[in-house]
Amino acid sequence: MSTDAQAIHHESFIVNLGPQHPATHGVLRIKLTMDGEYILDAEPIIGYGHRMHEKMGENRAYAKFLPNTGRMDYVAALFNGHGYVCAVERLAGLTVPERAEYIRVITCELNRVASHLLWLGAFLVDLGGFTPLLYCFDDREKILDLLESVTGARLTFCYFRFGGVCNDIDDTFVNGTRDFVKLLRSRMPLYHDFVSTNIIFRKRCEGIGLLSADTCRRYGATGPVLRGSGVAYDVRKQEPYSIYPKLDFKIPVYPECDCMARYRVRVDEIVESLRIIEQALDQLPAGPVMAPKVPKILKPAKGDCYFNVESARGSFGIRIVSDGSENAYRLKLRSPCFSNMSLFQEASRGMLLADALALLGSLDLVIPDMDR
Amino acid sequence: MINYFKEIILGLRTLAIGMRITFVRMFHHRVTLDYPHKTVTMTPRFRGHVILKVADAKPKCIVCMACQRACPSGCIKLDGEKREGAARKSLTSYTLNFTTCSLCGLCVESCAFDALEFSKKYNLTSMHKEDYQAIDLLQQAGGGK
Repeated sequence: MSTDAQAIHHESFIVNLGPQHPATHGVLRIKLTMDGEYILDAEPIIGYGHRMHEKMGENRAYAKFLPNTGRMDYVAALFNGHGYVCAVERLAGLTVPERAEYIRVITCELNRVASHLLWLGAFLVDLGGFTPLLYCFDDREKILDLLESVTGARLTFCYFRFGGVCNDIDDTFVNGTRDFVKLLRSRMPLYHDFVSTNIIFRKRCEGIGLLSADTCRRYGATGPVLRGSGVAYDVRKQEPYSIYPKLDFKIPVYPECDCMARYRVRVDEIVESLRIIEQALDQLPAGPVMAPKVPKILKPAKGDCYFNVESARGSFGIRIVSDGSENAYRLKLRSPCFSNMSLFQEASRGMLLADALALLGSLDLVIPDMDR
Repeated sequence: MINYFKEIILGLRTLAIGMRITFVRMFHHRVTLDYPHKTVTMTPRFRGHVILKVADAKPKCIVCMACQRACPSGCIKLDGEKREGAARKSLTSYTLNFTTCSLCGLCVESCAFDALEFSKKYNLTSMHKEDYQAIDLLQQAGGGK
């Protein structure tokens, strides 16, 4: 081989994936150094959607930060709100009525199903299959209708309050949710036939995008990404909160470490969430949905607390330091997407571009959650 | 070689399954609406922008400023005056900056006098930003005279 030919062979070039690209699902920019179709390096450049949520949390009263929580991970907005209200409640020593806890779990799990359905559709679009997206959106719409009837919004819910929830659920919601659980359960074989067995999907996912448990641990990846690497870590089981200890559900774990494993974890999680919703509806107690005598302007005692919830994408943590005033002294958000995305640079090295996009899709990134 | 043909057969089978699902779906009921010819009705709890509630042709607002204080975005501005013979303050202006409103509903919750409610309008559009920078809610509610 001549020196010229060698030089051409080793010539690398840079491709910008994003910041506006359908595969990045938002304003994520990845600077790819390519050798032909192979990735030599993938440097994620984030921050295009940075809105200083943490600083905003420190500059306004506790209650005024509630709408912000729906604007971080807007696909599964209730989880952020859940984490925030639980942290403040722990700090302020508020007790939540049992009915409100059940309502929180029911709506959160509905939100998890909606989030996974959206992911499923978007992931398949990443892989080149458009049709299943329409089926996923059809089912997701039904969840959004249910949540809208209770919360008043379809995406940025802002439903939880310190000491409970702002609206009670009625029989229409309960019956509608029961019907929906039955409907989605009957639809799962359709998804299985349509997607899981499809030869193109399997070829694009099986053995692709391997993430070892050690890689996940080093980068702090959580949620379905970690469970797809064979680690049974779920905040709902490891650090139980709310009424989860009273409910019977499994944590789906697949040890294959590939995109297919992450897909299977999420599909199984939909089924488990339906079980949780059904049990919570069966056990739903009567009573108030707000704690009595919650002060309008909350001034928690000096101290700090960290609260972790299992969001649809992994462990969402929130740390609040209170100095006794009506604003938080420090508010820190631990977003699952940021950690899940961090491992992409290492994991995508040496991969084909098309495979790396399958890996990126399987991480289920929500960019505003990452940028905050 | 056998695997090659096996894969082709499997591929054709999964293709047929996918086509069957799509074909059967053709005879199902429609899930979409012919928007804008048909629109969905908003649920009673739908959070649009706020509007003033009226009782006896007057706004129920007593200018306690709770909504203005509760608003995270500072998009509500209101003012009132004490008129002769009236027991409570009367509203003289109530403007909403809809460009910064995040439709969180904290203002409605903060109102102890049931004077605010959510509008059910959701398709507000304009070519001019100024149209939504100061929506005069008092005028919308009938002027408050």
